[in-house]
Amino acid sequence: MNNIEKFQDPGLPEHIHRKADHDEGAAKKAERQVAILFLFSALGTVLAITSYIFIPNNIVIFIPIMGDQVASQLFLGLGIAMATFFLGMGAVHWAKTLMPDTEVIAERHEFRSEEVDRDAFVATVKEQGGAAGLGRRTLIKRSLGLAGALAALTPIVMLRDLGPQPKKQLNTTSWESGTRLVTDPGDRPIKPSDLEVGAVAQVLPALKAGEERTLENVGKDAVLLIRLNPNEFNLDSERLSWTHDGIIAFSKICSHMGCAVALYEQQTKHLLCPCHQSTFDVTRAAKVIFGPAARPLPQLAITIDSEGYLIAKQPFTEPVGPSFWERNSK
Amino acid sequence: MTFSSPLSTVSKYRRHKYAGPVLVVAALLTIGSAFSIASALPSATKMTAAATTTQIAEGKKIFAAGCSSCHGLNAEGSSIAPALIGVGGASVDFQVGTGRMPMADMSQQAQRKRPVYNAEQTAALAAYVSSLAPGPSAVDGANLNYERDGNTAQGGELFRTNCAMCHNFAAQGGALSQGKYAPTLMGVEPKYMYEAMITGPQSMPKFSDKTITPAEKLSIIKWIKAAQNEPSLGGATTGRVGPVTEGLLAWLLGLGSLIGIAVWLATKAR
Amino acid sequence: MSQKERIAGGVANYVDERTGAAKWLNKNLKKVFPDHWSFMLGEVALYSFIILLLSGTFLTFWFDPSQRDVIYNGSYQPLQHVQMSAAYASTLHISFDVRGGLLMRQIHHWAALLFMASIIAHLLRVFFTGAFRKPREANWLIGVGLVTLGIVEGFLGYSLPDDLLSGTGIRIAEAILQAIPVVGSYIAFFAFGGAFPGHVFIPRIYTVHVLLLPGAFLALITIHLMLVWYQKHTQYPGPGRTEKNVVGYPLMPVYMAKAGGFFGIVFGITAFLGAVASINPIWLYGPYTPGQISAGSQPDFYMGWLDGLVRMSPPLETHAFGHTISWNILIPGLIVPGILFTGMALYPFIESWISGDKKEHHLLDRPRNVPNRTALGAMSLTFMMVSLINGGNDLIATHFHMSINQIMWMSRIGIFVLPPLAFVITKRICLSLQRADRDLVLHGRETGRLVMLPHGEFVEVHEPISPEKAWTLTSHIQPQALSTATEDANGVAKPKALVNKLRSRMSAANAEQMPAATATEAQELEGGHH
Repeated sequence: MNNIEKFQDPGLPEHIHRKADHDEGAAKKAERQVAILFLFSALGTVLAITSYIFIPNNIVIFIPIMGDQVASQLFLGLGIAMATFFLGMGAVHWAKTLMPDTEVIAERHEFRSEEVDRDAFVATVKEQGGAAGLGRRTLIKRSLGLAGALAALTPIVMLRDLGPQPKKQLNTTSWESGTRLVTDPGDRPIKPSDLEVGAVAQVLPALKAGEERTLENVGKDAVLLIRLNPNEFNLDSERLSWTHDGIIAFSKICSHMGCAVALYEQQTKHLLCPCHQSTFDVTRAAKVIFGPAARPLPQLAITIDSEGYLIAKQPFTEPVGPSFWERNSK
Repeated sequence: MTFSSPLSTVSKYRRHKYAGPVLVVAALLTIGSAFSIASALPSATKMTAAATTTQIAEGKKIFAAGCSSCHGLNAEGSSIAPALIGVGGASVDFQVGTGRMPMADMSQQAQRKRPVYNAEQTAALAAYVSSLAPGPSAVDGANLNYERDGNTAQGGELFRTNCAMCHNFAAQGGALSQGKYAPTLMGVEPKYMYEAMITGPQSMPKFSDKTITPAEKLSIIKWIKAAQNEPSLGGATTGRVGPVTEGLLAWLLGLGSLIGIAVWLATKAR
Repeated sequence: MSQKERIAGGVANYVDERTGAAKWLNKNLKKVFPDHWSFMLGEVALYSFIILLLSGTFLTFWFDPSQRDVIYNGSYQPLQHVQMSAAYASTLHISFDVRGGLLMRQIHHWAALLFMASIIAHLLRVFFTGAFRKPREANWLIGVGLVTLGIVEGFLGYSLPDDLLSGTGIRIAEAILQAIPVVGSYIAFFAFGGAFPGHVFIPRIYTVHVLLLPGAFLALITIHLMLVWYQKHTQYPGPGRTEKNVVGYPLMPVYMAKAGGFFGIVFGITAFLGAVASINPIWLYGPYTPGQISAGSQPDFYMGWLDGLVRMSPPLETHAFGHTISWNILIPGLIVPGILFTGMALYPFIESWISGDKKEHHLLDRPRNVPNRTALGAMSLTFMMVSLINGGNDLIATHFHMSINQIMWMSRIGIFVLPPLAFVITKRICLSLQRADRDLVLHGRETGRLVMLPHGEFVEVHEPISPEKAWTLTSHIQPQALSTATEDANGVAKPKALVNKLRSRMSAANAEQMPAATATEAQELEGGHH
């Protein structure tokens, strides 16, 4: 068993000639096929340019499976697709059938150089590196390291003016005590009687005179108003006092990653976030019952003003939206 | 460049396909246009005066036969089904008219199917339930002139704020928790959309007339219909459900066909 | 000499007299490229990139990367008079008021998906065939860099139109920035120029999307290709193919025609998709506002696995000393992807460390012959697939009548159970395939022909396989386990004994192979039959 023989490499199989290599008729046929493919391509370009110039943008045609299609865009696209696709197919078919198809062997050499060259190279690197004295002169090495690292700091420091410091901005919203709740969109104030049990409303804080609402405001202020039967609540007395007549208000900005949580399931009284499926129980102050969110949605204390419209009793008592390092969650 | 929207011309190209439904809707709209929206809509939330005692009696009979086993003999509800006192005719019209009630099985949620009762029987049931306690009454589709009274752009904004989170950005429907789902709104009759908004069927909350006015509700319906009837701009839709199906298509059709061609490219010609 | 040959000769002469490159060009025009369909995957990526540059340039002529508020007044009726950002309005303008604009947008987006899909397919090909081994480790690293940049570039492009879906994506990206401990809220405020969403983010990422990253791509792709050129392409094992040669077709004309033609084909398929299949219908999403959301909000597939990981994360947050750390964001959003991509980048070095293999390799592995690597690949792929599926759990729920809660729990369990299972199963499959190879070489091919022996027994006729096939199936390297000695001759434990032990155990696992059939064995069997 000491001379186990492995299978031997039989070498490259003999080249099999194509039909077109020895049959002039087959070669002519292949040539015609390539030409037809190129002509298809040319036809595609004609179709594309014609569609661009002559088909008005408002013509809609019905195509089975696809439905109603805007003709100009469809034919322009199909034309470009034909033009490029068949150009490519023609070239490939040409290469396959008519260009030389004998496989060529190219030698490959190991990347490692001859021992002599390699030793010389290693020696040079060692010698020249040594001559620079990087290994010996530690003072130079360290100061160079320091200078290099410091130089890289400048571009980072210069990014400072990209934006302001967050300060308390992540902690605050536009809600103040007495701010009226208005519909989004529509900006109409809401009375408790406007909402039946089981109803929801998307609300924003009413604008003060001369104020404009920015997306930054909406991103923190959006609130969802839900009316339940008061006896369905399962809240402590403080949170219960934040509701009014069965109406409870939560920040709509998810405590996980800030999507708008407004998917209210009326029967189960659950709020679901469509981004990552965190589920909050409305009856228990938006306690998280499923999904990746770790905190309940902040609840907005509400009451009514002298005219009977719903208002915020106080600002949010905690920051709304996703967590951040400085957030004091107790 | 003069350019008119593809949307403005769409109706004439849909004649062959939607001729039937369009004619019906058009006929209904003609009849309905006699009433102005201002007078028609508030009446939708009051009891229909037209409910005759015979209709109520008829409805009570149907109720006893088909509904009472779950909802109780006097619609007082039970452990498996809610009370129907005060839900109004709109709710009955929606649930029975769309075939959701009676439920086929006690699954997660009632599904839309072929209605069990015809329009007359549904009206009778609605009349009976309305007679128990006042509630929003059934909406007459003919009165919903959303094409005239709605505003598409405003409807879109309202839809995205109030509806898209469940029904998806193009009203194709979406998932809720525990196997429940918000159905697609494609092809849903305007009156059922309207009734759903005012009654809040199943998982869906109610949208009060004060927070979303009747006119705004019509705008929402108009936008949904516009999205439904819009030609598939830019090619066949991949379900209008976002990037998931697009990614699938890129792999299967895009890379799949290119790999097929690469195999052809790398095989020797004979 | 024909007229054409004279012209060709003239051109060659003209070039050489001005560059002196005759020798170099002559050598390189004869450069040999092996032909195999799987070698075209990287080309798909390259051509998609060119398509992206072309279609992207077209889009920049009209796109207005600005978040200033405008009132839409274009030809798309359902958004008439709606307030939106200039970025969104100009995307609508491109889609509906520029002829071919929507087509170009769709070609751009399809090409982006194809770019990422082909990069991933190419990466898998390189991984499973061991093409990353010495001397190609640097090119593997560049490839990992390209796939990472591709994900970022794709995400930025998806964010530019400022529609409801892309704005939701930016919102989530902002939450990830904000979750970074200590400096998170600062980074977020600097990136957005203040509170989210601000007015500067889209102009900023626009510069990154159209200038910085394409520049980085160009540079990396150039080095990637130069290395392929210089190191010559790998080839699959087979008769006549050795570590010392490369068998294929010369650059001119065959490979040029095939590669050039394939560019046309990739362009054609992308344009076809752009013409017939709608992608990212931003006009239906509506403009972004933080108060709105759509059901089924997902990123493109190359980010989908990240979203899936975030979805399945447990609700973990640390609240201490007045500070908050969101593990539910950091682990799935930064830590796990960081580990995965670092592991991927380092893999060639880890593998060669385990095997002790420092030789050059130009012949590719058949995946079955390297069971551990193949199994590891299958394991990683399974991890990604579970995450990706969970990233689309809401759509799966509605389409297959399931509950998102069920799918989420299956993913939470599956992410731990399925990848190791995939490893074990794949390894077993590889070993059985090796055994099948061995049987095939020793016993020949089953012909399906039955013959009756004189004593009445039926046997199937086996046909011996060709010497070419026998060589292909037996020529692979069979790894040996490294020596397991953790102590020196005097019984003193070597330094780093634990690491050495780990290494020798892994190398022993690598050596777990079916021995390849040998000619001697085949002859012995042949003798036995007679």
